[in-house]
Amino acid sequence: MGSFGMIIGTWLAGFLTFAILSFLYKDNPFYKLAEHLYVGVSAGYWLIYVAFFDVEPMLVRGFLDETGIEKWILLVPAALGVIMLSRWFPKTAWLSRWPIAFTVGVGAGLGITANIQGYVVPQIQATLLPITGLNMDSLDSLILVVGVVTTILYFYFSKPHKGILGGAAKVGIVFIMISFGASFGYTLMARLSLLIGRLYFILSDLLHII
Amino acid sequence: MRRAVPLAITFLTGLFLVVSFFIPHRPFGELEQRLLVWFAIVAGFTMLLGVDNLIRSHARKITRTSEGWGHSVVLLVGLVATVVVGVIGRVQFGSPFHLQSPFMFIYSYTIVPLQATMFALLAFFIASASYRAFRARNWVATLLLVSAVIVMLGRIPIGAAMSEFFPWMQEWIMTVPQLAAKRGIQIGAALGAVSMSLRIILGIERSYLS
Amino acid sequence: MDERPRRSFWEIMNDIDRRIIFVILFVVVAIPLVLKVGGTIPPTAPVEGAHEAVESLEAGDYLMVSIDFDATSAPELMPMLRSVLRQAFAKDVKVIMLGHIAIGLPLGHMALEQVAAEYDAEYGVDYVDLGYRPGYIAVMIAMGREIEDIFRTDYQGTSIREMPITADVHSYADIDLLFGFEHGAVIDYWVRYAQARFDQRMAFGTTAVMAPDAYPYLQSGQIEGLVGGLKGAAEYETLIGQPGLGTRGMPAQEWGHLLVIGFIVLGNLGYFFTRGKQRKPAA
Repeated sequence: MGSFGMIIGTWLAGFLTFAILSFLYKDNPFYKLAEHLYVGVSAGYWLIYVAFFDVEPMLVRGFLDETGIEKWILLVPAALGVIMLSRWFPKTAWLSRWPIAFTVGVGAGLGITANIQGYVVPQIQATLLPITGLNMDSLDSLILVVGVVTTILYFYFSKPHKGILGGAAKVGIVFIMISFGASFGYTLMARLSLLIGRLYFILSDLLHII
Repeated sequence: MRRAVPLAITFLTGLFLVVSFFIPHRPFGELEQRLLVWFAIVAGFTMLLGVDNLIRSHARKITRTSEGWGHSVVLLVGLVATVVVGVIGRVQFGSPFHLQSPFMFIYSYTIVPLQATMFALLAFFIASASYRAFRARNWVATLLLVSAVIVMLGRIPIGAAMSEFFPWMQEWIMTVPQLAAKRGIQIGAALGAVSMSLRIILGIERSYLS
Repeated sequence: MDERPRRSFWEIMNDIDRRIIFVILFVVVAIPLVLKVGGTIPPTAPVEGAHEAVESLEAGDYLMVSIDFDATSAPELMPMLRSVLRQAFAKDVKVIMLGHIAIGLPLGHMALEQVAAEYDAEYGVDYVDLGYRPGYIAVMIAMGREIEDIFRTDYQGTSIREMPITADVHSYADIDLLFGFEHGAVIDYWVRYAQARFDQRMAFGTTAVMAPDAYPYLQSGQIEGLVGGLKGAAEYETLIGQPGLGTRGMPAQEWGHLLVIGFIVLGNLGYFFTRGKQRKPAA
């Protein structure tokens, strides 16, 4: 891309940026145009990615590079992929359940062990920390245990929240609300950062004010 | 054929991947690796599933010149143009996303500003929501609000300038009560994912076949 | 218009048109960017952890960088990505880039080429971009056995065995540290599927949205560091001594926070002072 292309591109990006921002005033044809362009270009992007990051390197290249059984066995995933597209046609749509069943099976099989080994066990281990005496760390460790346990109990709906369970759930809600508040604050930070990013583009790349 | 085969595929692949996790040796490990590669290949095809619908519905809009057909033209032109420049990039530079490729022009000057600005809009909406809906109506809402404000003050220099309390308190919230609640929720979710995976493998959960 | 009853100050304050709020936000965030105010941001422990993880690498060690974000979170993640790449190239650490969010991958590639040029790094020798493959959990686990099974070639179609940097790289055993840049659930997959199973050392840069979810991993020691949001990016820039867009954006971030806190306070004051009036008709 030459510098002329960059200038054209920057102005195109600027136009699209303002077209989207115009939605803040109200829905309008410019926003609609930008929105449709986004959907179209993104769909095109996916097609290119599937072609050049999946089909070409993994299937075509694999088929050309490999020999013997390794070569021909690639027809299995290729067939599964093509069968997946049978969903495009109502009459054959049911066939797509086979590859879907395969991907669901793989996801389920891997998920069982990964969630236990990668989350439940290490996270419980990290919760059960030693109490070393009357100090701040021990207090934090205690609060951590209480917080984890009462949060889990809050989401236990198989019994009515009365008695001990009700009390625990009340403690749990304290932790949950603090957590949601923190998440809200962090989400706000993230959204502001995105606005800063766009403003930086407008003020720097587009208008050269800064 | 329509139900039994997919259920069998899910059962066998899911079960096999659990077994191969515990016995990664020959022949389980090799076969697992093969299934993973196949999964990656097939997963790419699932991305194509929505594209046909998109093209069909917008092509229909254009041929019937129904309301907003002009936008559909923009969408389809965007899609085709992206695919064409993607292919040109591949042929000319070996990859669509080589820095000189025209595909990168479309990426940098349409996809990036459109995506980024759409999310930057959220900054405005979340600011407006903070003003309109973030009210201390009861003690639970107050807790959420106070937590959010402390976290937001604790993450900016002026918060620290006002009092060392804010950065200290924000770090404590993040590492003790908020962490405890997130962990509790996530442990619950992870166990839920494990039980769902088991239900899928055993064929009790079949919604993915519909 | 004239028939409307006169509204009190707090009633007006409780009902500002949202477009006015939009304009105020736009202006307040823009001013510090134009004025170029602000200084460096002192680092916190989670960011120092991430920095130390990269610092622990020696010349010739391998850093795997994962691009798991797109333009929707680029203002937060691009500055930290550039900082981590600068730190790595300055130490002659080999960089292998890949990604799980296809639509964001070119952003990573652009940052890689930009920073590599700053350090005269050579493609295929000092750094490589493997690109993207679908099916992230499968990709992550399969790389634990043999990377070539998934990435036969780099993004341009060059065999990974033909490039010096990847000629002898086979699995996580050859990767000294993984640094992921995350705006969604991919961080959970990295930790649960690759860290847990293959004991891979990991550190992450995340959006502020994702950072609270990642704290449990940090405390459990499953990850070594966490760079959260624009502030994290600014802290990282302080640590490598090269202020960039993270540091630059922090004053605007600060003003934005104060404005929103102001909105929250205003909304609540309006709510309290008009609460009685709102209840009356119902009573």
